[in-house]
Amino acid sequence: MTVATKSPSQNAKSPIAIFDAHKIRGDFPILHRTVNDKPLVYLDNAATTQKPRPVIDAITRYYESHNANIHRGVHYLSQFATHEYEASRETIQHFLGASDASEIIFVRGATEGINLVAQTFGRTCLQEGDEVLISEMEHHSNIVPWQMLCAEKNAVLRVAPINEQGELILEEFEYLLGPKTKIVSIAHVSNALGTINPVRKIVTLAHRYKATVVVDGAQAVPHLPVDVRALDCDFYTFSGHKVYGPTGIGVLYGKAALLEEMRPYQGGGDMISSVRFDKTTFNKIPHKFEAGTPDISGVIALGEAIKYVTQLGLDGVAAHERDLLRYATEGLSAMKDIRLIGTAKDKASVLSFVMGGIHPHDIGTILDQEGIAIRTGHHCAQPVMDRFGVPATARASFGLYNTREEVDALFNGIEKVREVFA
Amino acid sequence: MPDLRELYQETVLEHSKTPRNYRELRTANYKAEGFNPLCGDHVTVYVDLDEDAVRDVSFQGSGCAISKASASMMTQSVKGKTRAEIEKLFERFHDMVTGRVSADGGDQSDLGKLSVFGGVSAYPARVKCATLAWHALRAALKGARETVSTE
Repeated sequence: MTVATKSPSQNAKSPIAIFDAHKIRGDFPILHRTVNDKPLVYLDNAATTQKPRPVIDAITRYYESHNANIHRGVHYLSQFATHEYEASRETIQHFLGASDASEIIFVRGATEGINLVAQTFGRTCLQEGDEVLISEMEHHSNIVPWQMLCAEKNAVLRVAPINEQGELILEEFEYLLGPKTKIVSIAHVSNALGTINPVRKIVTLAHRYKATVVVDGAQAVPHLPVDVRALDCDFYTFSGHKVYGPTGIGVLYGKAALLEEMRPYQGGGDMISSVRFDKTTFNKIPHKFEAGTPDISGVIALGEAIKYVTQLGLDGVAAHERDLLRYATEGLSAMKDIRLIGTAKDKASVLSFVMGGIHPHDIGTILDQEGIAIRTGHHCAQPVMDRFGVPATARASFGLYNTREEVDALFNGIEKVREVFA
Repeated sequence: MPDLRELYQETVLEHSKTPRNYRELRTANYKAEGFNPLCGDHVTVYVDLDEDAVRDVSFQGSGCAISKASASMMTQSVKGKTRAEIEKLFERFHDMVTGRVSADGGDQSDLGKLSVFGGVSAYPARVKCATLAWHALRAALKGARETVSTE
């Protein structure tokens, strides 16, 4: 199947006019393996994505040819590794549309990105009685760090509700904003529901009250183009492994003016400019926030992943995934025993569902027998499950390499589930 | 490749659809909750212990077919047994579902109907489902007497 991503007039200008998922699959070695004697159908991309050859090769190449510590050696290898590491920072700066590479901080993932903001910016800015506003659809990683901070500061955590479709109720969100709201932290895309939040609007509303806005972009960056300056958010964080990069590496973007004012997150090497026992001066941003030897190969490989999706074009990826989501949604909606959880108008490629009387775990095990990998459980979003009155859901989530044939395999797998439980 | 029918045996499916002793036990003097934070499954096991023997036992909660059927069949198999007998039965059950005792080989006569869970050993990710209610039961039986819960 091929999907035209742009109108014919635009095709001529686009380097990749036709988005061909079948061809793209050739770049991902793991997609050629079998599971339980069936071809792997990997539909758990919201948990983690598979890695294309250039990302895998970047890790091998680094360890085989360029391994050295960065920012401290005068020798060739150290300089080479430093160059590659910093080049990756610039790749990500352009990818996110940040003004300067110093606004890009490498962290372990979105979880660490949020914790970093909570523990540095949050700890300084929050006073007793102040408020942090999140939404009902947040992942645990965008709930717990704020709960911990609020408990420490005697601050209040407020939660903006969502509607039956799984969309943020903007009027309620606005109602919860006030002079005490110091931080708003919100998912760009919900991992359990797929809802795309209107971040630009949220930022405008929050800034009216001088609140600082943190965006959890873990589920957005793989699926849609992100421009942090256009969004005008104050912080934006994502995980590398959800955008075809390695695990253990992620990014926190922060506006330079904020980052410069913030206390460091951890103390150690690389984050200092001088150390005396009576006084230490901290390094400039971004190094102030990168204590210790970082995940050098991870950063370099993440840069490769970002280059890979950029070359494919996120507009094309988004169009392809929209097609898959539409196709899958239509198919599942026609099944009487299936209830979709999360039916927002604006959605990324996440399809959460429950099946009459059959627990998601059982669905997951039976699909696994067919080589189909989906996620089952609460998706680290227990409040979302509570909101919809279900203990868990089955979740199929699509990536750029998935095809309509794989969605058909999911439909057939669901039929198998029915047979077992008939 | 493991056979799904080994995991989802008729008896298992039947118990998951119509679980036995699925209710709150008013006469319970012991109670404990089992919770699997990884998947959100939870079960509450109620025990009416007379001296050292289980006079009655029941459960409530939400979970998959395996965990529900396991809880249901557990309540049937431990009724009338003493703590020591239950502990021994649990060990045998645990050995079976973790594959320490082969599902078809070895003497499983003491496990009785519970041997239908032998198929679980081929699905390591499902062992916790099969043992959740058992862990709750053991916690209940070890619980202090002051945790009597007959509202």
